[in-house]
Amino acid sequence: MASDDRPSLQKADEDDPVPGTGPRAGAPEFMVRAEDVHKSFGRLEVLKGIDLEVRPGEVMCVIGPSGSGKSTFLRCINHLEKINGGRLWVNGHLVGYRQKGDRLYEMREREVAAQRRDIGMVFQRFNLFPHMTALGNVMEAPVQVKGQPKGQVRERAVALLERVGLADKMDAYPAQLSGGQQQRVAIARALAMEPALMLFDEPTSALDPELVGEVLEVMKQLAVDGMTMIVVTHEIGFAREVGDSLVFMDGGVVVEQGRPRDVIENPQHPRTQDFLSRVL
Amino acid sequence: MTLPEENVPRGRPAEIKAVPVRHYGRWVAAVLILYIAIWAVYSVANNERFGWDTINAWFWDGTILDGIVMTLELTVIAMLMGVVGGIVLAVMRLSPNPLISGVAWAYVWVFRGTPVLVQIILWFYVKALIPTFSLGIPFGPTFVHFNANDLITAFVAGCLGLGLNEAAYMSEIVRAGILSVDPGQGEAATALGMSRAKIMRRVVLPQAMRVIIPPTGNETISMLKTSSLVSVIALADLLYSVQIVYNRTYQTIPMLLVASIWYLVMTSILTVGQFYLERYFGRGTAQRQTMLERFVANLRVRSGRRA
Repeated sequence: MASDDRPSLQKADEDDPVPGTGPRAGAPEFMVRAEDVHKSFGRLEVLKGIDLEVRPGEVMCVIGPSGSGKSTFLRCINHLEKINGGRLWVNGHLVGYRQKGDRLYEMREREVAAQRRDIGMVFQRFNLFPHMTALGNVMEAPVQVKGQPKGQVRERAVALLERVGLADKMDAYPAQLSGGQQQRVAIARALAMEPALMLFDEPTSALDPELVGEVLEVMKQLAVDGMTMIVVTHEIGFAREVGDSLVFMDGGVVVEQGRPRDVIENPQHPRTQDFLSRVL
Repeated sequence: MTLPEENVPRGRPAEIKAVPVRHYGRWVAAVLILYIAIWAVYSVANNERFGWDTINAWFWDGTILDGIVMTLELTVIAMLMGVVGGIVLAVMRLSPNPLISGVAWAYVWVFRGTPVLVQIILWFYVKALIPTFSLGIPFGPTFVHFNANDLITAFVAGCLGLGLNEAAYMSEIVRAGILSVDPGQGEAATALGMSRAKIMRRVVLPQAMRVIIPPTGNETISMLKTSSLVSVIALADLLYSVQIVYNRTYQTIPMLLVASIWYLVMTSILTVGQFYLERYFGRGTAQRQTMLERFVANLRVRSGRRA
């Protein structure tokens, strides 16, 4: 196989010296930009004004107690949840809306679906399609959504599964795989759409402790390859080692953010200190 | 399966060869049940009043076989209408559009709320209510006229009555199946950029099938027998065919037994088909075995143990 049709785990240019150091030519400055994002479920306000920026190639880890709104924020980014206030851009485009003048127009379902193609998402509970093999899971979206020819997709899917270390599990159904293997298939499935951004919603929280490592290893490789990632996680070690930035959320707001080492070793806010003292 | 003595790796204890629990009660019960069964079969077979000669004479008769064909035709068509209509109605019912889901609700309300027998008769007499059908724009020009008499034959009326009623029941079965699928599945598919229709067709329905198939098999078996209601509109299905015969020969009981045996044969075949369908849609989860497969597997284990 020629080297240029190798599945690209990365969106960044090969000659981008250090991922995350700056915007590439032609790409918007920020992969994700949130401005005063609000989200309520009925009368329960879950997000109370989130301001965040993620640069292309950046790996942002989001930590915080459960119920702090971190998963909800992640789901807002690919419009699985509709935001009630503020603005949210991905890759320079407003999420879920079109702006003409100062008026917002809701997008049609089809347009939102088109936006989501560039955003990969990995779930806490894997959510693999149980009636398809590992290979079938990875091939599904490129064939069904992008309409790419099966043979070509198959080749790429095989390479992706090899990449996440599951070359021997192509024809296994999800029920025959361990949690860690399932999650790695799920990552390959998301990558098959060649996304510009990957969202991870507590990808290791449902795993047995001894299986966490294999998933984190795949994610780490992805980060090294220059993928832009937002990772909601409880793995402080991963955040420190792999993350370019760390965000601590609590009560629907960003309490503190900065370089992972700084936030973890020298938290400024008492709530951050309290949370870290309990998880470390 | 045991390994030959010399192949057992060192350090691994030999497989336990304990005497299994003997179920003496089971043996006693088996003998008792067998005894009663033989007696029952013997006494029925030797009872002349069952009219075995008549049953034998009529069993393969052309009239009866024609009736069977009609029954199968009605069942297949009605179930096809039921399954397709049921899926459409269920998807409509779960639509976020209140109009669409309201229409589906109203359909189920009407067709499930009235007796199927009445519906069959109403379809048969629809020509009395609406003598002609025309294709066109309401309150506007019409293009084609149909005479209800030509369009709604007894067979069409039977299919409509059974099929439209079945669709109402099937829609509830399909809806339950769709709702049984983990919402995370739809979410994962949505996140991959799939459209709602595609998610339904590629992800949700195939998984819902596992829940939908068993009650659908039930419905099919039920339909095989419910289709006998068409005898009220003089459609010659299996039951109506035997009725014609016994109205002439007065061999009521033997002829009803002929029909019953045939119904039993057909439902048995359907049960087998249902098993394989369930196994197909259950792939990726538990594998089920047929009774025969289980029997063979058991034999293999036993002979292996003996060897």
